[in-house]
Amino acid sequence: MVASVASNGGGSWHAVDKWRELPPCPLRLNSVRRGFQVEMLSGADMLIRSLQEEDVDYIFGYPGGAALHIYDAVFKQNRIQHVLVRHEQAATHMADGYARSTGRPGVVLVTSGPGATNAITGIATAYMDSIPMVIISGQVPSHLIGTDSFQETDMVGVSRPIVKHSFLLRSATEIPEVVKKAFYIATSGRPGPVVIDVPKDITNPTDLHEFVYPEELVMRSYSPSSRGHSGQIRKAADILLRAERPMIYSGGGVVQGNGSPQLRKLAQMMNAPVTNTLMGLGAYPATDRQFVGMLGMHGTYEANMAMHNCDVLLAVGARFDDRITNTVSKFCPNATIIHVDIDPASISKTVTADVPIVGPVISVLDDLNAILETGLEGRSAEVNSALAAWWEQIAGWRQQDSLKVDLGDGSLIKPQQVIQSVYRATGGDAFVTSDVGQHQMFAALYYKFDEPRRWINSGGLGTMGFGLPAAMGVKIAHPDATVACITGEGSIQMNIQELSTCGQYGLPIKIINVNNRSLGMVKQWKDMQYEGRHSHSYMDSLPDFVKLVESYGHVGFKVTSPEELDHVMDEVFSLTNKLVFLDVWVDPEEHVYPMLVSPNGSLRDMWLGKGVRT
Amino acid sequence: MKRIISVLIENEPGALSRVVGLFAQRNYNIESLTVAATDDATLSRMTITTLASDNQIEQITKQLNKLIEVVKLVDLTEGEHVARELMLIKLRATGAQRAEVKRTSDIFRGQIVDVSNTAYTVLLTGTSEKLDAFLQAIADATVLEVVRSGVSGLSRGEKVLTM
Repeated sequence: MVASVASNGGGSWHAVDKWRELPPCPLRLNSVRRGFQVEMLSGADMLIRSLQEEDVDYIFGYPGGAALHIYDAVFKQNRIQHVLVRHEQAATHMADGYARSTGRPGVVLVTSGPGATNAITGIATAYMDSIPMVIISGQVPSHLIGTDSFQETDMVGVSRPIVKHSFLLRSATEIPEVVKKAFYIATSGRPGPVVIDVPKDITNPTDLHEFVYPEELVMRSYSPSSRGHSGQIRKAADILLRAERPMIYSGGGVVQGNGSPQLRKLAQMMNAPVTNTLMGLGAYPATDRQFVGMLGMHGTYEANMAMHNCDVLLAVGARFDDRITNTVSKFCPNATIIHVDIDPASISKTVTADVPIVGPVISVLDDLNAILETGLEGRSAEVNSALAAWWEQIAGWRQQDSLKVDLGDGSLIKPQQVIQSVYRATGGDAFVTSDVGQHQMFAALYYKFDEPRRWINSGGLGTMGFGLPAAMGVKIAHPDATVACITGEGSIQMNIQELSTCGQYGLPIKIINVNNRSLGMVKQWKDMQYEGRHSHSYMDSLPDFVKLVESYGHVGFKVTSPEELDHVMDEVFSLTNKLVFLDVWVDPEEHVYPMLVSPNGSLRDMWLGKGVRT
Repeated sequence: MKRIISVLIENEPGALSRVVGLFAQRNYNIESLTVAATDDATLSRMTITTLASDNQIEQITKQLNKLIEVVKLVDLTEGEHVARELMLIKLRATGAQRAEVKRTSDIFRGQIVDVSNTAYTVLLTGTSEKLDAFLQAIADATVLEVVRSGVSGLSRGEKVLTM
């Protein structure tokens, strides 16, 4: 039995065999209190029961010594499915993909020490993008904490800067309340990851405790905003009604806060142009005429120009990230800024808001829409004609056609064509995950997302290796949906071991490997800022990806010529029950444009092509 | 500008490390920090002094408020307040210095709380500026050891920071 445990196993084994003395059923009714029977459970069973109470259906994890009691409790029930990954980082990204695509918290279970530290990158990824996640980490027994014992890491300490909150359990009796709090904190307000560190002795199968799951929580120190300030909302409406060059800048908060319908209504009533951030794609439909494309470092010409020239900026669920603002002092120089966000600390952090509104996107925009609905009837003729002129100006910027693809001599596949081909083959209706780099920007720009939660990428942390496990989490949550992972040969190799997990659980996702034989985004910067000195930015010894995926039992294709691309792509997506890996060899010299000029540039300072500047 | 922030925080293990970690992680400065349980044993009260601009202090208070364990906080420097610090200072006290140290200590209303053949330990409370002034005044004496408590403070008048 011991030998079958993988590398993160270990720990003390004497306690593990005690389960044999227990009846197989985790539920024992042997205590009567106040006239009714109380369940007596071990800490491990209490933990799993608590997860059941939170309606958890999947746990993504990897066992090891300190988590063995918990894993035994997982084994003895069948309401929650456990997905065994090949590396804990992938477990966190799978839970993340599950959470982003459903809006429900992802749940991760790992062991102490290396299990916990391997999860860190995925926790940081979720933290940066405000994704609800609960991470349960095994910990060495309480009496060994602080003694540098085997597989001991101070998980609460290591994860502190990258979690919304964390708990170190001190007794089994606090398990129900802590789990309840963890899920509430992870999912409410600005969502985020919450760690529960569980010392092994607390999950001991022979120590039984009364299990009562709390129905309500009292937390005097945590009460996220539930409504925006009505005076501020009225002020915002007045400014919006007088806006001659309005602009709506919407971010990941609209996706996470499920505020897409409210945003669409507001934009359409106002007849205002809308841009989405990388995290906000899909919150406003990309195929709508009012959508001007993504903004920021690789935003479209029209989105960045409209931002720079607007007179009123309505920012919703966005945080004025450095990849959006370029030089802060030159950002939207003539705009009155209204900023709606659930997190007060996001407001006026980098760019000072003229009208801050703290609250959930749905309620704030509902309140705002109610005022605008009546106010718009009286919008002055002056404002209306200014608005018409604004749209004409935007139409002029659109003429630039900043996403036009130069096909060169047509002998090489351009990476943009790959995304266009995926878009065509999936009818624009797939869940698309991505890794990080050029392919991510191409996917964001060329796949037109019309619905929220369809575009799944690591925007804040920029985590290579995110795409494949995230796609797996999405597929588990949406087994009937088409799920594509757009990746590159650099990123995919950071979690490629999960092809094995895909085989075990039968996850027929489609992996589109935009293969340029180099770390494309790094290479692009080396081309542009380091006179082409490609320091360690190419891949010299790539695997034969087709053979590699075949060895895992999947289907692999390789395509190198533009003529074959669409045909092969159709075949990839026609194999609905197979994991298909498409290795597309693309032009290695391609750059992502537009690109903001930095440092010291504003949003209107862009590279539009190699050597072509605004 | 120097700011004094008072924080009511759940009296739980790890809560202090979150506050200190936040300051380090976000590159904020801590001049001094005091913390102890209040009359309500479930709550601790912290006093943090920091050097920060108006924008920075807004971010610091917002980020502190985001910590789940932080119940309430106030920037004391926004209004009238009293703030005091305690200092223990051990000085070489031999020969003529013995009388001089005693005299200076009396002027500052300090108390000599420990005496040996060669040293005095002086206890002094007051504003941070007063403690600084004492250190300057006894510059000629040999200072063996200094410990300062950091600032504790309250708002003046009726204003209170409680649950």
